Amino acid sequence: MSHLLQINDLEVKFALRTGDITAIDGIRFTLDRGEKLGLVGESGAGKSVTGFSIINLLSKPGYISKGKIFFQGNEISSYPNEKMRKIRGNAISMIFQDPMMTLNPVFTVGFQMIETIQAHREISKANARKIALEKLKKVHIPSPEKRLEQYPHELSGGMRQRIIIAISLLTDPAIIIADEPTTALDVTIQAEIMDLLQELCASDNMALILITHDLGVVSQVTEKIAVMYAGKIIEYGSTDQVVKHPVHPYTEGLIKSIPGTLIKHGEDLVQIPGMMPTLTNIPPGCAFNPRCYLKESICTQKTPELRDMGQGVQAACHVKQRGNRQNNNEAG
Amino acid sequence: MFAFIIRRVIQAILVMLVISLVGFSIKSNIGDPVRDLVGERVTPEERAQMAEKLGLNDPFFVQYTRFLKNALHGDLGTSFIYRKPALEVIFRHAPATIELVLGAALIIALFSFPLGVYSALYPRSLLSRFTMGFSTLGVSIPVFLTAIMFIYLFAVTLHILPSYGRGETIDLFGNGYWQTGLLTIDGLKHLLLPCVSLASIMMPLFIRLIRSEMMEVLETEYIKYAWAKGLSTRRIWLVHAFKNTLLPVVTVFGVQIGIMFAFTILTETVFQWQGMGFMFLDAIQRADISLLIAYLVVVASVFVVVNTVVDIMYSFINPTVRIAGTK
Repeated sequence: MSHLLQINDLEVKFALRTGDITAIDGIRFTLDRGEKLGLVGESGAGKSVTGFSIINLLSKPGYISKGKIFFQGNEISSYPNEKMRKIRGNAISMIFQDPMMTLNPVFTVGFQMIETIQAHREISKANARKIALEKLKKVHIPSPEKRLEQYPHELSGGMRQRIIIAISLLTDPAIIIADEPTTALDVTIQAEIMDLLQELCASDNMALILITHDLGVVSQVTEKIAVMYAGKIIEYGSTDQVVKHPVHPYTEGLIKSIPGTLIKHGEDLVQIPGMMPTLTNIPPGCAFNPRCYLKESICTQKTPELRDMGQGVQAACHVKQRGNRQNNNEAG
Repeated sequence: MFAFIIRRVIQAILVMLVISLVGFSIKSNIGDPVRDLVGERVTPEERAQMAEKLGLNDPFFVQYTRFLKNALHGDLGTSFIYRKPALEVIFRHAPATIELVLGAALIIALFSFPLGVYSALYPRSLLSRFTMGFSTLGVSIPVFLTAIMFIYLFAVTLHILPSYGRGETIDLFGNGYWQTGLLTIDGLKHLLLPCVSLASIMMPLFIRLIRSEMMEVLETEYIKYAWAKGLSTRRIWLVHAFKNTLLPVVTVFGVQIGIMFAFTILTETVFQWQGMGFMFLDAIQRADISLLIAYLVVVASVFVVVNTVVDIMYSFINPTVRIAGTK
């Protein structure tokens, strides 16, 4: 059976005057109907670029240089713009990071909702309004009738993000890509928004790609996780397994650096030394090697591939892969 | 909304008070109302008598209040050259200037919006580069030079357009005040060159303003989101981006129309256009202080009225302003 979304060896480059730089370097993952995937990593790891490349909306000098994206069995990465437009905001919708900046300030909420439906369906204004109202109720917005007439600046950040979620639901999409949907909100609202997203995915059997730097959020919401570092996926597998038994030293470092439920009480927080390299300046071999406590000579020479590590987890680490092979040999 | 309008009107009145104070100070220092009334062939004794009778020896503020009171009744003094109330002189000259400015504003609006938007959307295209280059040229050439070049090209060399005057005019209301050139072919022909010349300084500014605003708006998150919603390109450019581009442009447009009223002087002089600017130069040359002050007050009120109207219009386009006004 084919997957709902399948990304094969995607490579995204940005054409700069000084030459192309690679932002996404050969990533692959799949998403099934109703599945929730977390894309995790530091700023600049390529999470958002991955999200935007799925709907082919990379900002200007960026382009897909290699690889294919399949959606419902069709190769959408080669679709011309007009054909792609019919998928954007329709079968695949997106939720942006900052709700204060996402809605157009000079149009009412109702205007911005109705136009979205009418961009994808032949439908009268009155009927589109009915759908808009229904979706506003679905995201638990108080007095939805009134909201339709209001302008974005009359609403709070949490309220606006609910409206954006309602907009993303208007056309009953198969996938929602949420790019840091709670980063710009305060903590209590964050939890409400995440609960809402979870609830909606469950009730409508929607798939979710949750892009975030917050492993804590991902571990509560998603079934699958892909950890990104410098444009590559370095660990990929079921969220449970990855969070409890991280394979890659970077994932391990990430988990140990977050206070809260992921580490045991009394354990010290660990900080990963150094910073993620910029895209123009990626070290040879494994991109993580300058910061890695397991670093060996091979790590600076050869780029590790994502390999099966058992328990449904894949990781890209020379040292861990060798350990895994030895274990398997001993077992076999 | 109502409170917002009231507040804008109060501000407008305050501005007019300041302008009238400045105008009156000039008048009371260098003006000579006695001469305005009786000319120069009068003995000093009669003058002194006259001055006493007119209250010119009263304290400044008594005189100022009298000036304000008269101004409210539409009396801004008597023009020395025309031997008529200054305001009437101005009103007779105003239609020519109004037609000139409106024509220029129309040309600016018709060309700067499409060109500005186009060069924001396709900054690398040939037309955009040409527009940008040409607009730099346009701002740098002073209006009288543009006007003289136009006259040389279209009137002297090609003989297709007249070089001066208003041509055939029609008395619009039958009372002699509004002589319009808009209703005859000849009048429109005469209007063309002056309007284009006057527009030539402001148009580049607007093309550049619209272009840079539009480019900025196209980079915003809400435009990116509009793409992600799957809206059509046309809708994103012409509805979502354009309305946001309009906000600052409308404000500047209002101010600039006001400025154009005050600065038609050069254009009117080159084209012998019998408008307010032409009259103003005449008044300066012959030291007709009453007329000058009346002109100052009228131009200031045009400024204030245009800006107030623009602000109120702006509040209709920009919902944030409207709310701030009602609170």
